[in-house]
Amino acid sequence: MIDYTVGEDIVDRAAPDGPIEARWDTRRFTAKLVNPSNRRKHRIIVVGTGLAGGSAGATLAEQGYQVVQFCFQDSPRRAHSVAAQGGINAAKDYRNDGDSIHRLFYDTVKGGDFRSRESNVYRLAQVSVEIIDQCVAQGVPFAREYGGLLDNRSFGGVQVSRTFYARGQTGQQLLIGAYQALSRQIAAGNIEMHPRTEMLDLIVIDGRARGIVARDLITGEVRTYLADAVVLATGGYGNIFYLSTNAKGSNATAIWRAHRRGAYLANPCYTQIHPTCIPRSGEHQSKLTLMSESLRNDGRIWVPKRKGDTRAPNEIPEDERDYYLERIYPSFGNLVPRDIASRAAKNQCDEGRGVGPGGLGVYLDFADAIARLGRDAVEARYGNLFDMYQRITGENPYEVPMRIYPAIHYAMGGLWVDYDLQSNLAGLFVIGEANFSDHGANRLGASALMQGLADGYFVLPATINDYLARGGLDPVGPEDPAVRQVQSEALDRLQRLLSVRGERTVDSFHRELGALLWDKCGMARSDESLRDALERIPKLREQFWQSVTVPGTGAELNQELEKANRVADFLEFAELLALDALVRTESCGGHFRVESQTPDGEARRDDENFSHVAAWEFGGDGRGPVLHKEPLQFDYVHPTQRSYA
Amino acid sequence: MNLTLRIWRQPGPDAGGSMVTYQVSDVSPDMSFLEVLDVLNERLIRAGEQPVAFDHDCREGICGSCAMVINGRPHGPEQTTTTCQLHLRSFRDGDVIDVEPWRARPFPVIKDLVVDRSAFDRIISSGGYITSPTGSAPEAHSILVPKPVADLAFENATCIGCGACVAACPNGSAMLFTAAKVAHLNSLPQGQPERESRVLSMVATMDAEGFGGCTNTGECAAACPKGIPLSSIANLNREYLHALRAGRA
Repeated sequence: MIDYTVGEDIVDRAAPDGPIEARWDTRRFTAKLVNPSNRRKHRIIVVGTGLAGGSAGATLAEQGYQVVQFCFQDSPRRAHSVAAQGGINAAKDYRNDGDSIHRLFYDTVKGGDFRSRESNVYRLAQVSVEIIDQCVAQGVPFAREYGGLLDNRSFGGVQVSRTFYARGQTGQQLLIGAYQALSRQIAAGNIEMHPRTEMLDLIVIDGRARGIVARDLITGEVRTYLADAVVLATGGYGNIFYLSTNAKGSNATAIWRAHRRGAYLANPCYTQIHPTCIPRSGEHQSKLTLMSESLRNDGRIWVPKRKGDTRAPNEIPEDERDYYLERIYPSFGNLVPRDIASRAAKNQCDEGRGVGPGGLGVYLDFADAIARLGRDAVEARYGNLFDMYQRITGENPYEVPMRIYPAIHYAMGGLWVDYDLQSNLAGLFVIGEANFSDHGANRLGASALMQGLADGYFVLPATINDYLARGGLDPVGPEDPAVRQVQSEALDRLQRLLSVRGERTVDSFHRELGALLWDKCGMARSDESLRDALERIPKLREQFWQSVTVPGTGAELNQELEKANRVADFLEFAELLALDALVRTESCGGHFRVESQTPDGEARRDDENFSHVAAWEFGGDGRGPVLHKEPLQFDYVHPTQRSYA
Repeated sequence: MNLTLRIWRQPGPDAGGSMVTYQVSDVSPDMSFLEVLDVLNERLIRAGEQPVAFDHDCREGICGSCAMVINGRPHGPEQTTTTCQLHLRSFRDGDVIDVEPWRARPFPVIKDLVVDRSAFDRIISSGGYITSPTGSAPEAHSILVPKPVADLAFENATCIGCGACVAACPNGSAMLFTAAKVAHLNSLPQGQPERESRVLSMVATMDAEGFGGCTNTGECAAACPKGIPLSSIANLNREYLHALRAGRA
């Protein structure tokens, strides 16, 4: 399906004008407030309990709203934010190394390859300093120096140390902070928490998001939940590639269902491939594990100079090694941004210098760091990561270099939102990785945690007031025909999945879709590969609906049914992802079109034709989608060819 | 490798269960334990049988979802390793491996290897937090935290809430879980205002949920995939006595 139409441009009407430094203050002042005693009359649904959802749920409940919150895991503490390792950025300038809000803003816009909104990114940089204060007050045990001050480290794409961390478990510690704040509100009766409950569809009435349909994963009961506003904090869609660093349960159903109900989906082709993951070990591989980018602070990346060199790494002398990142990008060295490091690794492997099984790997070597700092210091910084590596590979990274290879990690694309984080569908708010807004075409390390918490603790709670205060919401009951309709559609779909009774497992389809996307729409994309993908995805989807098998019934804990429902949505989502990649004929950030590169193989943007957000409107089953462009304007950072040399 | 798996199968919370034997052949030592269950489940599904239900999500040892007693030990034979991080190279060709759910009254079985651990969430919501509503925080550097204190807090905060400590304990006690949170928050300057109420309330909830008492067996710390030390329980007892003496009960 390559047919699509171009609709009217879309504009972000919520962002105020004026100097960029004042815009967030302006918006907070112009946003209407809800009187504290009226807040308890408003119900807000929050789907997801990761950094964005957890912090939003807790904060909205603290403000006095009635929150109804959902997660598919058995506890809100298990959302996949928990697995983030490296750290969280904040423009505190505690190191006195020239950092500032403006520099974090600049680094993020540049790191995103000039495909994000200036207003949003500036606000993110401003709010970053408050996040650290908030988390420290909650008891998040960030790494500290002997004097009791907070420690920092450096991440890719920047030349300052602004990353706060808790060993290699920063995401876990921040998430537990949000989870504890959430737990306090649950105990206070301000949040009705539904764990092991998965959203199946969005209820839209009179053009406004008014609720969701969700399935209790234990009993199988499919129920409707109604509210005055719906917040989606459901994470990214990286699992569409089957093998990714996402959790097994991470899925795109909530955002895809919202898209089908009218919410625009922006820049789905912007997917981030993380350079430092543990290579796959065989066909049985069920997921990939990240090794934090922070390792590139002290680890040196290299490959043998000679093609097909099968010697053990320790037997390869220094002058026969190519530390290619240090050679090609002398000023950033091993700390170039993720998209650049990933492509460079792919190029080395494509040229036959890769190491390990199948030649799909490069070395990340700590020998120099251990010699310089001592093993204890290296262990203190990265001990848990080294242990994890050893458990998975059976190799000891203190003695032999790690082998790493790029893998799908993060989705910069997501539902379109305005400056208020509200979708084009009124009353639908989208926060964290589920939205598209702040990272452009490439996210810098340690910025996902920052954005999730910025959205949940500070941005959404300020902007959602404005929507609720404007009122005009008619009462809606569970017997409303529009509500019943969505519920019965969700039930029908589950029944259809159960009734195919074919011969192929859900996983076999998921693996096939993932391999196809990785091959045709992964680290390098071409007109030919994308057209091929667009041919094959609809066929695979058709096969799925003809020959998938889901055992059991809908009225019980049925993990295959859960998976089948998610994979069915991935099979639709994939087509839009590939179409977006086909239409965007430029290269930018994580989206690399082989037709658009500089003579030395770097991504070449086409600002004249593509300096816009591609926001897709669902056209209906069997009809092509409608593309709405949001032109991007750069008043403070002048787009240039990114250079990290 | 070829393995014999004996897995606890139980169709629902109120149904009876039993150990069922499955052979799996041609699996690789590089596979994770959960990947073996994936292989088995695909085979069962293709044969029209019910796959084995088990909790799992991140498969990186950090979300705390996976929870299996393997050959009588929570998370299996490797120290400080969750089930999802356990690889077949820890077993030998031809091994017979028993796989069971967590066994503890406060963790009722939902299906097969899936149990209900919501009692842990209720322990946390009864006091396992620092009251700090969004927007109220002082500048992060206004309170210094000595590195050893921050490290102690961190060591205890790494608990993933998997429940292995309860599964390992002959009394089904949740002392190590509760102690880890109390040690995390009570050691920090930010946690001092609620120091006494926190420990009293969390211990009361722990008891009300039906967890057993601690008899210092130490199985919990041996089974903990994150290496939470047994000394945290001693600390919990001290904190509890301190709070009682402070008259906050």
